[in-house]
Amino acid sequence: MSFPLLTATAAVPAVGAILTAAVPAARRTAAKWLALLFSLATLALAAVVAVRFEPGGDRYQLTESHAWIKDFGVRYELGVDGIGVALIALTALLIPFVIGAGWHDADPLETHSSRWRPTQGFFALILMVEAMVIISFEATDVFLFYIFFEAMLIPMYFLIGGFGDRAHTGTDENAAAQRSYAAVKFLLYNLAGGLIMLAAVIGLYVVAGSFSLQEITAARAAGTLDIATNTERLLFLGFFFAFAVKAPLWPLHTWLPNAMGEATAPVAVLITAVVDKVGTFAMLRFCLGLFPEASKWATPVVLVLALISIVYGALLAVGQRDIKRLVAYASISHFGFIILGIFAMTSQGQSGATLYMVNHGLSTAALMLVAGFLISRRGSRLIADYGGVQKAAPVLAGTFLIGGLATLSLPGLAPFVSEFLVLVGTFARYPVAGIVATLGIVLAALYTLVLYQRTMTGPVKDESIRTMPDLKFRELLVVTPLIVFLIGLGVYPKPLTEIVNPAVEHTMSDVKQHDPEPEVEAAK
Amino acid sequence: MSSLTAVHGLWAVAADPVERIPAPHIEYAQLAPTLIVVGAAILAVLVEAFVPRTSRYYVQVFLSVAALASAFAAVVALAAGGYGSTKAHIAAMGAIAVDGPALFLQGVIILAAAVSVFTFAERRLDPAAHGNRVDSFAAQAASVPGSDSERAAVKAGFTTTEVFPLALFAVAGMLIFPAANDLLTLFVALEVFSLPLYLLCAVARRQRLMSQEAAVKYFLLGAFSSAFLLFGIALVYGYAGSVSYARIADVVDGTVTSVDPALAGTMGNDALLLIGGALILMGLLFKVGAVPFHMWTPDVYQGAPTPVTGFMAAATKVAAFGALLRLLYVVLPGLRWDWRPVMWGVAIVTMLAGAVIAVTQTDVKRLLAYSSIAHAGFILAGVIATSEEGVSSVLFYLLAYSFVTIGAFAVVTLVRDAGGEATHLSKWAGLGRRSPLTAAVFAVFLLAFAGIPLTSGFSGKFAVFKAAAEGGAGALVVVGVISSAIAAFFYIRVIVLMFFSEPKADGPTVTVPSPLTMTAIAVGVAVTVVLGVAPQYFLDLAGQASTFAR
Repeated sequence: MSFPLLTATAAVPAVGAILTAAVPAARRTAAKWLALLFSLATLALAAVVAVRFEPGGDRYQLTESHAWIKDFGVRYELGVDGIGVALIALTALLIPFVIGAGWHDADPLETHSSRWRPTQGFFALILMVEAMVIISFEATDVFLFYIFFEAMLIPMYFLIGGFGDRAHTGTDENAAAQRSYAAVKFLLYNLAGGLIMLAAVIGLYVVAGSFSLQEITAARAAGTLDIATNTERLLFLGFFFAFAVKAPLWPLHTWLPNAMGEATAPVAVLITAVVDKVGTFAMLRFCLGLFPEASKWATPVVLVLALISIVYGALLAVGQRDIKRLVAYASISHFGFIILGIFAMTSQGQSGATLYMVNHGLSTAALMLVAGFLISRRGSRLIADYGGVQKAAPVLAGTFLIGGLATLSLPGLAPFVSEFLVLVGTFARYPVAGIVATLGIVLAALYTLVLYQRTMTGPVKDESIRTMPDLKFRELLVVTPLIVFLIGLGVYPKPLTEIVNPAVEHTMSDVKQHDPEPEVEAAK
Repeated sequence: MSSLTAVHGLWAVAADPVERIPAPHIEYAQLAPTLIVVGAAILAVLVEAFVPRTSRYYVQVFLSVAALASAFAAVVALAAGGYGSTKAHIAAMGAIAVDGPALFLQGVIILAAAVSVFTFAERRLDPAAHGNRVDSFAAQAASVPGSDSERAAVKAGFTTTEVFPLALFAVAGMLIFPAANDLLTLFVALEVFSLPLYLLCAVARRQRLMSQEAAVKYFLLGAFSSAFLLFGIALVYGYAGSVSYARIADVVDGTVTSVDPALAGTMGNDALLLIGGALILMGLLFKVGAVPFHMWTPDVYQGAPTPVTGFMAAATKVAAFGALLRLLYVVLPGLRWDWRPVMWGVAIVTMLAGAVIAVTQTDVKRLLAYSSIAHAGFILAGVIATSEEGVSSVLFYLLAYSFVTIGAFAVVTLVRDAGGEATHLSKWAGLGRRSPLTAAVFAVFLLAFAGIPLTSGFSGKFAVFKAAAEGGAGALVVVGVISSAIAAFFYIRVIVLMFFSEPKADGPTVTVPSPLTMTAIAVGVAVTVVLGVAPQYFLDLAGQASTFAR
């Protein structure tokens, strides 16, 4: 038996989480380094996964399969396709930056009792989330996926509710109440989605007699498993509801601005750049893979919701006064693009959506982490409290600008490629949808540039900004690689598209869809 | 002629009594688990009478644990001997079934009782009174609260060690309850375990009036439910001419045609069966705590001494569901088209009402009480499946649920302030900051109650919902997940309170317990995690144990 690479990729951060949590209260710094070390080890394993993966090979590679709970028909089945590899790589890549950016976010206050170990908890929870996200990208058993899809809510919930911005912790009762509200809202939305999905998961088993994605897909393709149209639609809705909450899709999105606004910047990155991707990933893998007919049936409604997300998210982003909430609404708009690309049912659209997931992770991470550095300096999230920052902290302002430009998909930066592909893919089949989605780009330019203008340019607002220190070494170390990746993948996206395209072809054949004529050549 | 036989008969009885009253044939070895516990209980009464007061506690604890351990060993031996599967049959002249479900549930009840006895025996939590270590039970249950006699008893260092024999008697009744194979045995078992429980509820050391009130409520409502049960038994006897499960089932199926001349007017009358069956069901649903027979649950759970609450919540539920399963699957399967719609309604109302009312609770024990009602609803969903998967899923759920429950109530005993246990939720604010470990353990139990994956609660919930869906009760599953979502809200609220609120200055402290309570909690956590991550072995066990002997 070969080395269980996929299990190891998920197990390493899990072990790291346990070890980090066990570090004594006084050895805070050791816990941080331990967490960083384990996240880097995970990154190394993810790199091995990416290298070992052969783009032209089998659909699911590096597979592992063991009996787990026989009575439930559940197997421990792992396997990755190109989409999974790309997202595992994204997750493993972002976590070290999240840890680095949050280095001091969970240092205990003097008021805390000596037995309270927030630092250990913070980093252990981040690693735990990483482990669970990675295994949900790997699971090819519906039940196994469901377990981790649900379980990751718990560490995430503690991360949102337990750790706020430094500027707000401790004394401010109101901020604590808001944070706890945001955490509960996050959990209830996602738990409700998950429980609806549980009913659908059980229903799927009753209908199909198996949880194995490969078995069910094969049986459906061969015509040996026939699911009644109405049953398939109901099951699809059960699954889609959970993923649409997670993604999040309008009108199920309202938890995201609260959660991202109240959480610390690294945790906000974790939510939007990593955890939410499980939702869009699962739409591709499970909704389209298991219920192709129902997916086609639901397409018009999903497309409309995605368009509403794009425009509504962007419009609300324009109106935000709070930097983090602005990024949150921008993310809602971007998730609209991703879902649009998935349900356009063209290969460009789906390739674009997958690239979009990766690129959105990178660009949001860059923008949000720099925003977090900015907020930690001034102690305020309100845009109105800033002005003229670029005079005092030019490097901070510069990196913020690049993050912002990536968010508005400037050509030359990675998100441009994916956004372009999504639009081309959508336009080929649904021209009107393509045109409406383009509105989102225009609005994106508005909200990012206005954000930059109000915070960074103009006269220096007050004394605290005049004396604002520029990015420190640790912060530079976090931001620079992200920017390098944004530019690198913007100029040369081929390695990513090569991995992703075969997987997209498989998904397209699942739903028995072909690109409409005339073929538009995917960006190669 | 007739007068002649009568006279003759008199002589015959006198001459040959043995033929007329055959000596009952009792399989003592197969009834060993129950007999051991009953024997130990009687012995424990003698201990109360003859052993000096100072050493009673130790003797009682030892005796209880030893009895439960040997009873468990007997259950395992019987199961290993094949009585759970191939050799399953009805023992004791058709009164008691020795089969898979009975043995499985007896095992669960004994283990739950053993863990509960640990919490009964805890003496480190309450501050010592006059230099005497005290447990959760009144110094002298008979003395009026606040009276001189009570003060004297406290000063003298009396303790109510009678709780151990009472608990053993209750366990004995619970062991027979799910195994009872005729209606009279069922009723006797019900009384045998209910009466000690009424008493146990009344003997709290603190807040004695509340405790006594709870006991009276429990007793009155329990007496009502017993009356219903008995009435139902009488009606069903009228219908079937027998109290034996097998015989009634045959009559229901229509395979018995011979009519007892004395009952010629009533036998086979469907009205008697339907009304009688409904009344018996009501009696059992009362013990299960299903809506609308749940009214006693919150008050009794809140008023009873917390270790007793844990014991009651876990073991009673196991025993009552066992009896319910046997009744529905052995006696009334022929009637399932009649009882299924009713049970559907009960399950839906139970799940929703339990979850919704729990949202407004402000006391931890009442919260757990309503949560137990909601869980009864989930288990009923598995009962309704009417399949082997239904039985095994219910067995598994009961195993998972009982240990989480005992563990959760054991944690409740630890959080104390000057007035004893601080059960009001507002006092739990910030507990996670002060005692991270205790709060984390309680959070694990709450997550298990909420059915979060990787805990036993999820495995159990999945098992019953899957069985229900396969049994054609898809709508029940949907109601189930909706109430799970509602229920999640209040479990999560407690976690929020513990971890995200600032602790209050005058908040309660977490008392460090003796290894006894620690064991109870540790067992709870271990079962929660093992059944959540690797449930296969126990699912197999429950699967093998899912066939009733008839």
